[in-house]
Amino acid sequence: MSLLNLLLIVFLGILFFILYFHITNFFLDIYGRKTEKRYKFENSLRVLIFITPAFIVLFIFILYPVFETIRLSFYDKFGREFVGLYNYKWAVNDPEFRRSIFNNLGWLLIVPTLSTFFGLVIASLADRIWWGSIAKSIIFMPMTISFVGAGVIWKFIYEYRGPGDTQIGLINAVIVSFGYEPQAWLTIPIWNNIFLMAIMIWIQTGLALVIFSAALRSIPKEMLEAARIDGASEIKIFFSIVIPYLEQTILVIWTLITIIVLRVFDIIFAMTNGEWQTGVLANLMYDWMFRGGGDSGRGSVLAIVIMIGVIPILAWNLYKHRQEQKI
Amino acid sequence: MKKKNLSSIFSQLLLLFFVIIWIIPTFGLFISSLRDKDLLAISGWWTALTTTKVNEIHRMSGMEDQIKVDDYFIIKGKLFETNSGKKIQNFGITSKRIDEYVVGEIAIFKDKSEVTVDEVGNYIWKSKTEFTKKKGKRLFISVLSPPAFTFDNYREVLFKEGIGRAFINTAAVALPSTIIPLIICSFFAYALTWMKFFGRDTLLAIIIASLVVPLQMSLIPILTIYNDFGALFGVAAKSYPGVWMAHTGFGLASTTFLLRNFIKSLPSEMMEAAKVDGASHYDIFLKIIIPLSIPAFASIFILQFLWCWNDLLVGLVFLDQVPSEIILTAKLKELLGSRGENWEILTTGAFVSMTVPLFIFFALQKYFIRGLLAGSVKG
Repeated sequence: MSLLNLLLIVFLGILFFILYFHITNFFLDIYGRKTEKRYKFENSLRVLIFITPAFIVLFIFILYPVFETIRLSFYDKFGREFVGLYNYKWAVNDPEFRRSIFNNLGWLLIVPTLSTFFGLVIASLADRIWWGSIAKSIIFMPMTISFVGAGVIWKFIYEYRGPGDTQIGLINAVIVSFGYEPQAWLTIPIWNNIFLMAIMIWIQTGLALVIFSAALRSIPKEMLEAARIDGASEIKIFFSIVIPYLEQTILVIWTLITIIVLRVFDIIFAMTNGEWQTGVLANLMYDWMFRGGGDSGRGSVLAIVIMIGVIPILAWNLYKHRQEQKI
Repeated sequence: MKKKNLSSIFSQLLLLFFVIIWIIPTFGLFISSLRDKDLLAISGWWTALTTTKVNEIHRMSGMEDQIKVDDYFIIKGKLFETNSGKKIQNFGITSKRIDEYVVGEIAIFKDKSEVTVDEVGNYIWKSKTEFTKKKGKRLFISVLSPPAFTFDNYREVLFKEGIGRAFINTAAVALPSTIIPLIICSFFAYALTWMKFFGRDTLLAIIIASLVVPLQMSLIPILTIYNDFGALFGVAAKSYPGVWMAHTGFGLASTTFLLRNFIKSLPSEMMEAAKVDGASHYDIFLKIIIPLSIPAFASIFILQFLWCWNDLLVGLVFLDQVPSEIILTAKLKELLGSRGENWEILTTGAFVSMTVPLFIFFALQKYFIRGLLAGSVKG
């Protein structure tokens, strides 16, 4: 497709939606103004015009797929024949699946915890130092880069050359300068997962940091000053006042990062493609979408397992929403 | 007071430590993307400012360049540009002993011809008999290379490796994928807030539930729909409009949710007053809601745009991996596989892909952070 065509369809694509809303509403305005009687009908038509595009998209891309994926998980690889629990049984007995579950649990345990921890520590340090906002900007920056870009950055850091050669990867260069053997970090099972997680922590700490530093500002200054006058140490203040005050924020950040981590795909896909025992559910799912011509049954089971991970968060969000509606 | 100073210094050092750890990876990438590719392959980026010892192989000119001076046949030439700043230390004539001779010494080949090399790369090759081969013999040199920075990597990556086109493709994916949801979700959010209709609360609950639904749940059914649609109408199953709509679908819940929260916070008296004056919902939407929502639009635009720009999975599944459709992240991943050893291409490609996010980071950080704080939750 030539660049001019590309520009044209981008323009037309956007114009289509603007025109849809403008033309329909324009005619409805003319129609509605004529008599009082038409007013009510106009109003319900207006609602339809406003919500239909979004609803259709919501239906096609979220609602229908959720039920279709559940249905497909009970069907064969082409989605034609009902096979009962066959795909689920396959999953439970599949070593790759078990490995992925194990790795995903590791990611879920380590990444949100460490990102939240670093975010909180850095936010409270930066809060009291004059160059703190510059420091915050720098640590926040990885948030803006793609996972694949981050993957390249870190692959370069982990780069391995044979023992005799000059190391161009930072970590191996440091290790060699202390007299140790260089390592191909990404190929050492179990540990390589940690090296991949480091990338995610590097990125997500920025998210935790900005939310924490906004929350820190909401702690009443009087409370902190009172504690200082009473002679409490900064560390004591941190644990007895700041942390309890931020409990809600910690929970929010932890949930946010958990959701992101649960569907982690890009980093592993770019760095190891699940080799050397680094696979996670999202990668295994992508794999089964295309492996051997694609297996929609197995792929769907894997998607559902990821979905199960977010159900507690989903239920909690709905519960909170219900509470807010009551007020 | 002294104790306080000490703890302040300690905090500063600790923060500095974090900052250094966090900046080093990106900084290394940036420096590497500007280095000469031969140096990049054999020395760490932290040595970029020092001279590096490089071993090179060159071939001398053949018989066509020979001239006869007195009794000798002579071939003269240059191994590299004189002004390149490189300095030869040693040279050799066999691959077994590449640094056998010091610069200025005379090396003698088996056929009795003699060669000598000076520091800046000029060689003189003499023989008593006429040279008869079209190609000259090989020379091995070890050179001290001064720091070399160049934009060659960028030229190479943008125009030869297809990153330039991928950049345009990514923009063609990300812009509509951001603007379309903003348009349809702002109407949707308005309806959810200020219009009364049957099922409104259920719809809102569905939006909230959809916020956390992982996009993996949608991949297989949507891909099937696209394939069926393509087969039915005889068009390509994977296309730009298809990706836009997929991104719109996956971003719909969060965009609607954030916009609704914002629109809800606007004073309702204004809208009631406008209504009394005979304004329709569309008038109110255009003339009151849109102007007031510009800051919220900016934040949501940035969030969704960065999401689409940085996305890999959607672009991988819903676009063909051909030059006219492949996006930056997919291209980078492809290069990681095929050019895994060519760090000049990888680092430069990664940096090109980061330019737009970094621009947003430096220029629009305020809106970005505001958007995140408004509760960025995305399946």
